Amino acid sequence: MSHDHDHDHDHDHHHDHDHPHDHGPFQPDIKEPTEEWEFLEIAMRELLIQKGIITAREVEDMIEEWDGKVPENGARVVARAWTDAAYKARLLADGNAGVQEMGMDLPGLKLVVLENTPKVHHMIVCTLCSCYPRTILGLPPLWYKSRAYRTRTVREPRAVLAEFGTELPDSVEVRVVDSTADCRYLVLPMRPEGTDGWSTDELARLATRDSMIGTAQALNPEGARG
Amino acid sequence: MAAFEIGQAVKVRAEHPLRPQPIHIRTPWYLRGKHGVVERRFGEFHNPEHLAVGQYDTPEVTLYWVRFTMDELWAGEGSYGSNDSLIVEIYEHWLVSQF
Repeated sequence: MSHDHDHDHDHDHHHDHDHPHDHGPFQPDIKEPTEEWEFLEIAMRELLIQKGIITAREVEDMIEEWDGKVPENGARVVARAWTDAAYKARLLADGNAGVQEMGMDLPGLKLVVLENTPKVHHMIVCTLCSCYPRTILGLPPLWYKSRAYRTRTVREPRAVLAEFGTELPDSVEVRVVDSTADCRYLVLPMRPEGTDGWSTDELARLATRDSMIGTAQALNPEGARG
Repeated sequence: MAAFEIGQAVKVRAEHPLRPQPIHIRTPWYLRGKHGVVERRFGEFHNPEHLAVGQYDTPEVTLYWVRFTMDELWAGEGSYGSNDSLIVEIYEHWLVSQF
């Protein structure tokens, strides 16, 4: 018999459970039906490969290259800005030029570095899609692309921050930046207190991905959320 | 070329074009018709509404940073502090001057 999930249980072989025969809350390995955009991607990729415009190897290389872009790159930028005032000034004046000094680039986009201070806390969202400084922070976390984060951050930033464990006094202005167009944003978190004399490598470990999106502050010297 | 000055009060056009008109609009719906202040000017960029449909030769448009108060957007119906604000990039053709 075919293994339909709506079959009844009046057949005589033994079942060691007598509840209705569903398999519980498992997420299927392959989501059915395949979505239109998935077909589109497969068809486009196969056509490009068949026509010799790209190779399968090149597709894999590109995936590997993007997987190699990680938030630790952004953390190096932050750590240098914390320790080098002249660099910080250049970075804030021209984000693209600033990260280029560190061997990174955002071709075709304008990078704006937003400095958090005791008075202003920046927090980045892209309500329209998932704009993100990918060459500096890597691929965005899933929650960044979620409808909940995108809709709620512009309307209830304090509640969203609280869910990230980030409680800020009312005297701090939360400045939500909705990334809609040709700019990409990197938040420069405040340097944690108690880190005088730390090397940039040590400091970089405190500049988390979330602190560079603005949903959190940098870690404290013990490596915990401040 | 730029039509708006830093510090100028502006209003986002309260237009809601639907297909088959330009659909790759980068002005979020929740800002349409809202009042803000020009905070910064980013220079000229290609219009994404044109780029998205393969029109690469149309004139560039100026991109601005516009700042809104949370009360202007949500009238108290949100979770924010009284000094909190929102900043968004908006292209010139979506803005009108407010005197």
